[in-house]
Amino acid sequence: MKPGIAGTLESNDAIFTVRPASTRHVVIHSVVDAFYHDQIAQVIETTLDELAITGLDVLCEDKGALDYTLRARLIAAIQRMEA
Amino acid sequence: MRNAAGRVVPDGMPAFAGADAYRSHSRVLLSQEPRKHPPVFYSSLSAVFAAAPVVDGMTLSFHHHLRNGDKVTNAVCAEILRRGLKNLTLAPSSVFPTNAILAELIQAGHVTNLRTNYINGPAALPIEAGKLRGLLLMDTHGGRARAIESGELPIDVAFLAAPAVDRNGNGSGTMGPAACGSLGYAQPDLHYAKYVVLVTDTVVDSLDRIDLDGAFVDAVLVVDSIGDPEGIVSGTTRITRDPVGLKIARDAARFLWEVGAIRPGFSMQTGAGGTSLAVAAQVRSLMREHGIRGSFASGGITGYYVDMLEEGLFDHLYDVQCFDLSAVRSLAKNALHQAISASRYGNPFDHDPIVDQLSFVILGATEIDLNFHVNVTTDSFGRLIGGSGGHADTAHGAKITVITTNLTKARLPIVKQRVTTLTTPGEDVDVLVTERGIAIRPDRIDLIAATRNSRLPIRTIEDLLQTAHALSGVPKELPHGTRIIGHVLYRDGTVIDNLYQPSQD
Amino acid sequence: MARSYLFIPGNHPAMIQNADVFGADALIFDLEDAVAAHEKDAARLLLAGFLAKARPQGVRVYVRINGLDTPLACKDLEAVVGDAVDGIVLPKAGMSELMELSTILHNLEAQKGLAKKIAILPIVETAKSLVEVEEIAKLSRLDGILLGAEDLSADMEFERTKAGTEIEYPRARIAFACKAARIEAIDTPFTDTNDPDGLREDCLHSQSLGMNAKAAIHPNQIETIHAVFSPSPKRIEWALRIRAAARKAGEQNLGVFSLDGKMVDKPIIDRAEKILRAAERFGLLPEERA
Repeated sequence: MKPGIAGTLESNDAIFTVRPASTRHVVIHSVVDAFYHDQIAQVIETTLDELAITGLDVLCEDKGALDYTLRARLIAAIQRMEA
Repeated sequence: MRNAAGRVVPDGMPAFAGADAYRSHSRVLLSQEPRKHPPVFYSSLSAVFAAAPVVDGMTLSFHHHLRNGDKVTNAVCAEILRRGLKNLTLAPSSVFPTNAILAELIQAGHVTNLRTNYINGPAALPIEAGKLRGLLLMDTHGGRARAIESGELPIDVAFLAAPAVDRNGNGSGTMGPAACGSLGYAQPDLHYAKYVVLVTDTVVDSLDRIDLDGAFVDAVLVVDSIGDPEGIVSGTTRITRDPVGLKIARDAARFLWEVGAIRPGFSMQTGAGGTSLAVAAQVRSLMREHGIRGSFASGGITGYYVDMLEEGLFDHLYDVQCFDLSAVRSLAKNALHQAISASRYGNPFDHDPIVDQLSFVILGATEIDLNFHVNVTTDSFGRLIGGSGGHADTAHGAKITVITTNLTKARLPIVKQRVTTLTTPGEDVDVLVTERGIAIRPDRIDLIAATRNSRLPIRTIEDLLQTAHALSGVPKELPHGTRIIGHVLYRDGTVIDNLYQPSQD
Repeated sequence: MARSYLFIPGNHPAMIQNADVFGADALIFDLEDAVAAHEKDAARLLLAGFLAKARPQGVRVYVRINGLDTPLACKDLEAVVGDAVDGIVLPKAGMSELMELSTILHNLEAQKGLAKKIAILPIVETAKSLVEVEEIAKLSRLDGILLGAEDLSADMEFERTKAGTEIEYPRARIAFACKAARIEAIDTPFTDTNDPDGLREDCLHSQSLGMNAKAAIHPNQIETIHAVFSPSPKRIEWALRIRAAARKAGEQNLGVFSLDGKMVDKPIIDRAEKILRAAERFGLLPEERA
């Protein structure tokens, strides 16, 4: 399967790149990592839980996206990978 | 001990005691010593170093009117490196990205102390990394003038870029290929440095105007080029097109209108940032619409203010530095456009500083907190990104100080519980204008009353913080580093905050 | 009642999260022309997430979906219809498309258990829908009708001009249809975002033909649009005086009375009340300043 990619590198957006994997592996690069790392990680974990995904490589390149944007970009990336 | 703004100041350092504390002190002035001999002309920097002479442990100063096009500071740095001089203190009025060579001098211990009003770019990196052996002291523009005239900052040799020089050693800012206009920040150095070198690329028989008085000049160094005119123009002299910035500018102008600050004879200053200029544009259209003529605009002057002067909207421009070439041309030809010294501009002890006459000033912030304390010196990580410049001077002097900023930038709230670094104390700040509301300092009951019946979105600053947190979430508090790398000085030279080495995680 | 309808690109997080700060009376989040074909899925997810978590308050919220002739429209509706949305903006809307949309909305409302009815704002941008605009205006669910002059000009093969003489007829016809049906007549956006004077002229022109609101494609257009489509302070003052005089006349059981030497009758009182309703809705009544 090809990786799924969604989002942009504009301010307040993020690019998610996801690949199939046997376990969850999340990497976050964020301009606000020092301030919001835990919250970003939480959004990703919660979204994967909702989708019942136990295995996925997730790369999040964040330019200060709000939680709902992170969630939307992650879901879009996953759907594109599956498509 | 804790200073008046609640920050811990190391023992032995003078602690900030309030924005008006300077009033209980009297002015200390060194005497100005006109030179007994005419200046000597040199064509090599090495010869000037030998003649001065420049030796280990000295304090050397520079002005920043050539901004990011400056070649003079860099040439002097290269000569320091070549000679292997040690333990120097550098006192440029500002440090820009073009002064990258300074990083090398700091790394290797040639420069062990730095005193400046503004720093950004590569030279800041070794300081953040703790490589400056002494301290970084950051003044305001007015505070630097005070420090120099009082002998608190004694300067051994001043290297002053002069766009044109005559045979008597007088200098002009408006002639020559690197014409940069007003030389306001160079005046204290010229009058009080023990040895003064004008550095120029243009020697003429007669000058159009005299910005630097040759009576205080010891040497003139003639070089091929003192600066790149491209770099002189400040990068932010255009009105923003960003809708959020324009919305903030509109609300700021409406606020000033509602409180009656835009009335015949008023005076104003804005920074050169896109949002600040957009406020000026809004004020301009209100002035036209209501037939209002102001007294003056001051500070760093752009072509936009030149147009307003020429349109008859102001009586005068008081210009401490030109932000673009249109301002340089206007200064050269228009008698109503006057150059002023850093001291006249913002020195608390000047007999009549321009900042004290301001009806209002529009300023920016990288952070502002619930006490209205403003940070323009570091980012939220504690990394050096600028400095006061005239921020604290104008904020203190102006009758109304308006901070304009986005409520959040790339998720990060600009309104904080507590600013990372304190540049301008809340007591000097009156109003915060964001895209999601305007907060007035609670003790400005006059401004609160004047806007009570307006349709302006007036809210408390606590409310704005809540809104920012509701949008972005509450950011994690970063503990500042433990090692002090410098101090932020208030206009009177007292320590208003410390600069800490950012934690490297 | 709204003066301005601000289009916000549906796949642009920074613009979406600041959409509500510009004072527009209504927002139209756009999933159609402002979103590239390969980003439709991402925009839909983003907008649905935004509406669920951060719907702006105190402003009407519309979503422009993709045309019903595309497979995207149903996915768009499925994703965005809910309590957070006041209405759907339908591009290339004719009678048949609008009937179809109405049925889909009816079913979605039932399926999602919505208490409210989702409104429709058709864009009239083809010759066909212009000639059936009187029928369209009578449909239920309509808040108003939006003229789409750019697409209409392509369909009609006429050139768009700044003066806008070519769209006088569509403007007037839509305005009459809307006024007859008591819904909003919303003018086509002014496409030069850097010409406030031109925008002002264009607003005045469309207002003179009966349009009472305008779409905006840039936040910087809102101020000018509001300046034209708000009742002026002078008109509000006049209306308040009429209202006061009418009340006084009522107390004295007078049907007709005069003010400033002019006869005042019911149509004039109705006009004054209409102005005052608009002034109240837009927060322009002097009492509100107290």
